Amino acid sequence: MTKPRTLFDKIWESHLVDKQDEETFLIYIDRHLVHEVTSPQAFEGLRMSGRKVRRPEATLAVADHNVPTTDRSQGIADPESRTQVEFLERNVAEFGIPYFPVTDIRQGIVHIIGPEQGFTQPGTTMVCGDSHTATHGAFGSLAFGIGTSEVEHVLATQTLIQRAAKNMRVNVEGKLPLGCTAKDIALAIIGKIGTAGGTGHVIEYTGSTIRDLSMEGRMTLCNMTIEAGARAGLVAPDDTTFEYLMGRPMSPKGAAWEQAVAYWRTLPSDPGAKYDKEVTLNAADIVPQVTWGTSPEDVLPITGSVPDPADVHDEQHRLSMQRSLDYMGLTPRTKLSDVKVQRVFIGSCTNGRIEDLRAAAQVAKGRKVAPGVNALVVPGSGLVKHQAEEEGLDQIFIDAGFEWREAGCSMCLAMNADKLEPEERCASTSNRNFEGRQGRGGRTHLMSPAMAAAAAVTGHLTDVRDLT
Amino acid sequence: MQKFTTLTGVAAPLPMINVDTDKIIPKQYLKTIQRTGLGKALFDEIRFNPDGSEKPDFVLNKPAYRKAKILVAGENFGCGSSREHAPWALLDFGITCVISTSFADIFYNNCFKNGILPIKLPQEDVDKLMEDAERGANAVVTIDLEKQEIRGPDGGCIKFDLDPYRKHLLLEGLDDVGLTLQKGSAIDDYEAKRRAATPWL
Repeated sequence: MTKPRTLFDKIWESHLVDKQDEETFLIYIDRHLVHEVTSPQAFEGLRMSGRKVRRPEATLAVADHNVPTTDRSQGIADPESRTQVEFLERNVAEFGIPYFPVTDIRQGIVHIIGPEQGFTQPGTTMVCGDSHTATHGAFGSLAFGIGTSEVEHVLATQTLIQRAAKNMRVNVEGKLPLGCTAKDIALAIIGKIGTAGGTGHVIEYTGSTIRDLSMEGRMTLCNMTIEAGARAGLVAPDDTTFEYLMGRPMSPKGAAWEQAVAYWRTLPSDPGAKYDKEVTLNAADIVPQVTWGTSPEDVLPITGSVPDPADVHDEQHRLSMQRSLDYMGLTPRTKLSDVKVQRVFIGSCTNGRIEDLRAAAQVAKGRKVAPGVNALVVPGSGLVKHQAEEEGLDQIFIDAGFEWREAGCSMCLAMNADKLEPEERCASTSNRNFEGRQGRGGRTHLMSPAMAAAAAVTGHLTDVRDLT
Repeated sequence: MQKFTTLTGVAAPLPMINVDTDKIIPKQYLKTIQRTGLGKALFDEIRFNPDGSEKPDFVLNKPAYRKAKILVAGENFGCGSSREHAPWALLDFGITCVISTSFADIFYNNCFKNGILPIKLPQEDVDKLMEDAERGANAVVTIDLEKQEIRGPDGGCIKFDLDPYRKHLLLEGLDDVGLTLQKGSAIDDYEAKRRAATPWL
């Protein structure tokens, strides 16, 4: 009898091209997403060595990090941002790579458009010069972020040199309490295992809570896997996955669809498969989460208070906490729900999908953004924006006083014009609360879309359950 | 790529944990289309004031460490964004070795593509090197990659582990795209097999 294998083992073994030594392998890459920030040097490398792109059709490019979220007919005002997008356009034309221009309705954040187009598929290997490539693991695709040198390697060879990751399982069981979402699961996991808890591992999410999540929820969860240190997260493909993919522009069609689904059904981990590390969470214990510090592991239930460095024994960790609180302008033991915000950002590859906008709109409906608060809603793609408008969500947001913008990465990393001013405090649905992430001196609190909308209408961090 | 054989230089102590790549190089510098010239932006927000003047307390601004070639840092160094601009900035500044108890995977990988050696050591060794590094210009350390050892200012010697493939790449300064392209027929074979098994891809 063959040894029971995990989902990761199956994808890994089916992609081995060659062995470099006992631990290092050449693996095949099925799908490659490219954006403007981490690719110019890779294309330049190809040009300088006279190399071609091996499989342009296995590659999909889009500009997302630098694009303005306001009127696009004027082009990009910032000359450096404009240059980067123009370089991408020149590179995709020269190397024959499929590309969605900035004015195309299909444009959006790489990690939103891959699934939306059916480019992301179960059982594949998928990479992008972007750490949030982990998102695509929601489909049972082994998807991970790479550096620019590796982008060049994949463009030229359609392979990567990799060592096998270890298997880690995070099992979540039970019904998620009202007011909690995939984002709260993700933050609760990171709070439990830390931002290095998954280093060297691929995390497979299992359990009834995960099975009950929509594809949007699974994408949010897998997206945040990198914030737990694991390069990739995985959810086994099932009927929810197939239903999402059926009929997408790049999904297999007709007989090929049947053949693909039959193969995808063989992918889930075998009973008795071994994991190197296992963590279990009870969904019923999860409370809406918010971060208080400058690392995603600095997270607490909204019902909690700002921690006190005096309670931390280890010196390096105590100093680190003190530094975070100084940066965040927070006093120990302040109730989190007393912390006032000036900005709200709803969007990003973590929470810029239709379900996220619906959840935020549900809270915003019939309410008003609190005085002194500026709130942005940035859909993850042109298609998400279009769908939200069909459903009337844009009008709900606009009536409540939110700004309704064009698709892009926006204030998740503030490479375009959307950024925090020093000491401005933001309730954000993005993925990183690092110092300066949303603008130099800006203070980020990570949370779910419903929680961010709640903060927008009250003007302070708020337990969304108190509003319903 | 520059070969990495031995390195002798000043080690700078950065006793911070979870140093993320946004901190190593913030987003405004990612708009470049080149790999070079990023050293001036290394650790931008903790190294410079908003007006561009230096923060005198930051380690790389202190006279003893302005030419540091080695960085000794706290756990989980290089976490967050995959930006290769982080190792490019270190390299451009002149730092080609980072020592810590742990590194984030993508950053760790990116180092080897740029001739930078990240060394993982147990906490007690990092504590010792951190202490040595505190002594500034007197703390000259030698890294010998072939022998996989770090020789400290007091004649002490610490051994480190590294997988043989990555060691080979660094020692020879190899471009692995070129190496992989030599395996073109193995890739052709794989693609043919894959086309038959999963024709929809």
